[in-house]
Amino acid sequence: MGVTLSDKAATHVANFLAKRGKGIGLRLGVRTSGCSGMAYKLEFVDEVNPDDLVFEHNGVKVIVDAKSLPYLDGMELDFAREGLNEGFKFNNPNVKDQCGCGESFNV
Amino acid sequence: MALFQIAEPGESAAPHEHKLAIGIDLGTTNSLVATVRSGMAVCLNDEQGRPLLPSVVRYHADNSTEVGYDAQTKQAIDPHNTIVSVKRFMGRGLKDIAHVESMPYDFVEAPGMVKVKTIAGIKSPVEVSAEVLKSLKQRAEMALGGDLVGAVITVPAYFDDAQRQATKDAARLAGLNVLRLLNEPTAAAIAYGLDNAAEGVYAVYDLGGGTFDISILKLTKGVFEVMSTGGDSALGGDDFDHRIFCWVIEQAKLQPLSPEDGRHLMMRCREAKEYLTNNPEAQITVRLTSGEMVDIKLDVPTFAAIAQTLISKTLQPVKKALRDAGLRVEDVKGVVMVGGSTRMPQVQKAVGDFFRQDPLTNLDPDKVVALGAATQANLLVGNKTGKDDWLLLDVIPLSLGLETMGGLTEKVIPRNSTIPTARGQEFTTFKDGQTAMAIHVVQGERELVSDCRSLARFELRGIPPMVAGAARIRVTFQVDADGLLSVAAREQTTGVESSVTVKPSYGLTDDEIAGMLKDSMEHAKDDAISRALKEAQVEAQRMIEATEAAMAEDPHLLNEAETAKIVSTITKLRETIAGDNRRLINIAMDDLGFETQAFAHRRMDQSIKKVLSGRNVDDIKMGEDA
Repeated sequence: MGVTLSDKAATHVANFLAKRGKGIGLRLGVRTSGCSGMAYKLEFVDEVNPDDLVFEHNGVKVIVDAKSLPYLDGMELDFAREGLNEGFKFNNPNVKDQCGCGESFNV
Repeated sequence: MALFQIAEPGESAAPHEHKLAIGIDLGTTNSLVATVRSGMAVCLNDEQGRPLLPSVVRYHADNSTEVGYDAQTKQAIDPHNTIVSVKRFMGRGLKDIAHVESMPYDFVEAPGMVKVKTIAGIKSPVEVSAEVLKSLKQRAEMALGGDLVGAVITVPAYFDDAQRQATKDAARLAGLNVLRLLNEPTAAAIAYGLDNAAEGVYAVYDLGGGTFDISILKLTKGVFEVMSTGGDSALGGDDFDHRIFCWVIEQAKLQPLSPEDGRHLMMRCREAKEYLTNNPEAQITVRLTSGEMVDIKLDVPTFAAIAQTLISKTLQPVKKALRDAGLRVEDVKGVVMVGGSTRMPQVQKAVGDFFRQDPLTNLDPDKVVALGAATQANLLVGNKTGKDDWLLLDVIPLSLGLETMGGLTEKVIPRNSTIPTARGQEFTTFKDGQTAMAIHVVQGERELVSDCRSLARFELRGIPPMVAGAARIRVTFQVDADGLLSVAAREQTTGVESSVTVKPSYGLTDDEIAGMLKDSMEHAKDDAISRALKEAQVEAQRMIEATEAAMAEDPHLLNEAETAKIVSTITKLRETIAGDNRRLINIAMDDLGFETQAFAHRRMDQSIKKVLSGRNVDDIKMGEDA
């Protein structure tokens, strides 16, 4: 299973990485915090840790640490535009409920 | 569902704590807003996908407003209530404004700043600018999906205090938290990423709608130093429009125009100028309210001739700025072009000829300033913490320091240091067995603590008992980008720590700062004298304490006569300390030094003997064990 990127998300990540000038990929993760228990992490990656899993989509590496994977398994990261706002969207099948804004969730 | 941006490694924000920051280029003709998304500075477009917001505000009778393109299209039909290029009036009196006669406004002279009478009442330039800022703020909040932490707003390097203050007031009125006003040329250099480039001297040539700025920046290890600035706060693209306007009136032999017609023709002149950037000729066609038709062809050579004097007018401040920086044309490593007016091929050629190199034009000259401001804003709210990313931002108005023994100030961060900054200094204990240290943080230029401003006091406790001077206490001063000072003290051997945070500029007005600086200059000599006296007093006190401690420890090394002599010398020294004659203190210290010389030798011998005998015992022991 693992995690996947939509084509649109992959293109944007590749652009951001190129613009940044360094970095080997994109890190997805979760940590315990926020109003609903868990919060997503979305970061550039400069180095891969030993317990990381690396997925690849359209040439873009997605890195997930082993502890986060159970919460993200089967998830697709998409890039969306909502009005003037734009950014990445987590389509996570593991989520039971989330706070109003979706920044924090529960499994 | 929230939309996420990519953060730097380890810097994901906690939910609902994204620090949204924007950069605003509040321009004479157009304004822009930009932000950093997933590490990339981008301009935020409006619903129609347009990045620019014309800095035009139209007032209605019910006090409602139209801002931007909507207002711009009404310029010709409602010139009295449609305010354009309001930036030129910011912090200005009526007499400071060029071409008042060709402006359709009903000016009202007011103390400090001119105002404009509109159908919605008398409006100050601050209020008009606030409308532009409000519109940009709204756009940013929609685009970022949350409340803004703050904004960096750019101003021409030329702006004086009144103009800068007016800009800040406008932002406050618009409900924006101003992180910092940033000079436009510095913002442009940041946008071009010159801070990542090699070291060198760069010129930023900024010909905007209403202002011309030239800045000579020197880049050293990623930090910009502004070496000199120059320009003309009343020269820009508008003046080129105005020149064409005058040329058309002359060519078509027009009678003085009504405000509506004037505005209309001016718009056509601007369009013609922009068209000529990529085309050999432009047609200027206007139907006046009288029914008369104006139809004139403007070709590139004619325009070049019209523009020539204005362009060469920009090169004078360029020469002067170079001279001020003590540099020659050959020293300039790169030239950055900023402002829509630098799209004119005539301008690019003139600048290229002058600097003998092709200027940098690959970023959109309209956007560079906003992009740089956004980068800076992102940094200031703490979304990026890399140490190398700091840029020249601001300076500390007054030195920050500590009180040391005798009420003397020890400056840790000198005034005019750029912030953010961090400096550390090591201090030690004054007395044997001292286990605590009071740290008194002061601000000012004077040598005595009593003449400086007290900022904070705190204590470092738990220093292990040691002889005076043996403890190593590192005191670190750190001033962040907002001018917030934190002071931490740490005893190096045990690691005990204590700290305090203060806002050094809090409650100090510019006048007070100026007053404090003036005092320090006037009292420089007095201060030096009293500092020397205090230092002598402290040193003498330390000497007495050391001598007395030694006498208590090794009384057997002195005979009665010697003891009496030393005691009386100490008494004499104590008397001089109470006085204010440094020379007498120094003489008395020399006396005490002389009287205790033999005693010191004997103590030295004794300790050497102890060490040697100690080693013998060890050696014997080791021998037995083996």
